[in-house]
Amino acid sequence: MFLAPAIIWFLASQAIQKITAASALTKSNVTLQWVIILTIFTPICIGFFIFGYYAFKGEYAHLPASSQDLE
Amino acid sequence: MSLDIKPSKISLVIGASSVGTLIEWYDFYIFGMLATIISKQFFPSDAGTSALLSTLAIFAAGFIVRPFGALVFGRLGDIIGRKYTFLLTLVLMGGSTFAIGLVPGFATIGWAAPILVLILRLVQGLALGGEYGGAATYVAEHAPANRRGFWTSWIQTTATLGLFLALGVIILIRSNQGVEAFSAEWGGWRYPFWMSIVLVGVSIVIRMKMSESPMFTKLKSEGKTSTNPLKESFGHKANFKMVLLALFGAVMGQGVIWYTGQFYAQSFIETVCKVEFVQSRNLMLWAILFATPFFVVFGYLSDRIGRKWIMMFGMLAGILTYRPIYQYFLDATNAKNRTEKIDLANTKVSEKLASIDSKDKTKLYVVQKMDTAYTDGAVFSYTKTDTIHLTDIVDDASAGSIQYTSANSMDASTLDTIKVKLKPANGTVLDANKTTQVTIASVSLKPNILVEKTMDKTTYWNLIWLVFIQILYVTMVYGPIAAFLVELFPTKIRYTSMSLPYHIGNGVFGGLVPFLGTLIVEFTKTADNPAGDPLAGLWYPIGVASICLFIGVIYLTNRVDKEVMD
Repeated sequence: MFLAPAIIWFLASQAIQKITAASALTKSNVTLQWVIILTIFTPICIGFFIFGYYAFKGEYAHLPASSQDLE
Repeated sequence: MSLDIKPSKISLVIGASSVGTLIEWYDFYIFGMLATIISKQFFPSDAGTSALLSTLAIFAAGFIVRPFGALVFGRLGDIIGRKYTFLLTLVLMGGSTFAIGLVPGFATIGWAAPILVLILRLVQGLALGGEYGGAATYVAEHAPANRRGFWTSWIQTTATLGLFLALGVIILIRSNQGVEAFSAEWGGWRYPFWMSIVLVGVSIVIRMKMSESPMFTKLKSEGKTSTNPLKESFGHKANFKMVLLALFGAVMGQGVIWYTGQFYAQSFIETVCKVEFVQSRNLMLWAILFATPFFVVFGYLSDRIGRKWIMMFGMLAGILTYRPIYQYFLDATNAKNRTEKIDLANTKVSEKLASIDSKDKTKLYVVQKMDTAYTDGAVFSYTKTDTIHLTDIVDDASAGSIQYTSANSMDASTLDTIKVKLKPANGTVLDANKTTQVTIASVSLKPNILVEKTMDKTTYWNLIWLVFIQILYVTMVYGPIAAFLVELFPTKIRYTSMSLPYHIGNGVFGGLVPFLGTLIVEFTKTADNPAGDPLAGLWYPIGVASICLFIGVIYLTNRVDKEVMD
């Protein structure tokens, strides 16, 4: 559950660091790369956070044995 | 409840489903296999690494949209049926692949070229997003309960065989045409794209003859099909929970193991180790050929001992062995480890060949090829290109050679008179007896050196076995996963529910392996270490597989669900 925000924080800090450090020539390319990475991984991290929350609450302690359990 | 289906009918179902899926994978992968050429054709010629990165980004874009394809076509598949949905995905895939082969290069239409390619690549990704879940569901819904892993594993072989077909077709055309004709703007690299239309046509005919899944037909006749599978899959907490578990506990790790073993390995061997184009692809072909039967072996085994531990072991093996394997790739192909064994009799230096830049007539490229042979049979070819800027344009266009004075390479205080043969431009005839004099204004300090390594037999086979081992991990994680996903979700929302985690895991986590791997290596480059850490890119698949392994071991069950008709 705590890994998800940590990943987002890590990616965001890396993005700021790399974009700031990029030269004028490569800045637009580097910015685009990090926008793509953050756009893709932020929703996945949110999903990961929800998964962590369910796991923390013990919702995966007993997995459904039949599809009827999912209804 | 079980459906009584004859084994001969199941074979037919598998055959028809597999052929179409194989062709879709073939369509999808030829783009990745030709990334280096595509980056030269669809991006400015001076873009270098950024062109390759942009091409890999377009390649990755195809993966990123796969989850959206899974949602769109998964929904259709759960509402109108499996058969017609994956017929539609096949048409979209074939059409967009064929169209990529028709897009003119950057030299002809400028930035419209990469934009058009990106759009077509997105259509490919959407189509593939809808295809796989349908094929896997279709086969699983025909298979008997105790053999679901075995039968669906045939569908699992198609991704690897699609890669095999793509590699084989490319090598065949390239070796028939020669490198130059193959890499030209309208050269042979386009043929694999055009071929797709024929393959898809055949597959459509086969699929048209197939009947709808018996489980879906039964649900439909009872009026129990879902009216809103998206809402049921992701709006229903109990099911959404399982979607998350499938993604983070199984498919995410499977995706990175798949793409590291079959894509990153090839990209690493070619672009980092500099193994020659045909040899690097041939070794992939051998490794794939030896490893492919293991998809069926592990699928079969998963029916006997359960799916979980086979998949988890594949991930663990990847985590523990990737770095030593890739370190071996570097060591075995490093010239420094071979200095003692140079075969002087077969080491050659070619004469210098010059060509004038087609646009800037004051720019001269002087190319020299050096082949270093080793006693074990390996040959490392270095093609050095010096860019020379002249004070005036070359006005004698018919001269067969060009003469200039330049600093001696051993002693800069003395000057050498250098005469180099001119390479004729397209359509020109040069006079071999005529020489033109030019004066140098400056020489680019850093020559461009292209390295191509042809490995000796022992190293070549060692590389094959090490790629084989990585694909063996792929067969462990991928062989049983279709059956695992099918059993996790109920029939009426199965297509939607299993497609999304599958395509996020494979398309996003897996598909980004080459792009993120290359990017991470770029980040390690510093002024002191301009090459960076070539193994740094492996931390991405190792990290993702480790998290997935941890979650999978704790939360997945090893139970084989006998009843999926619910």
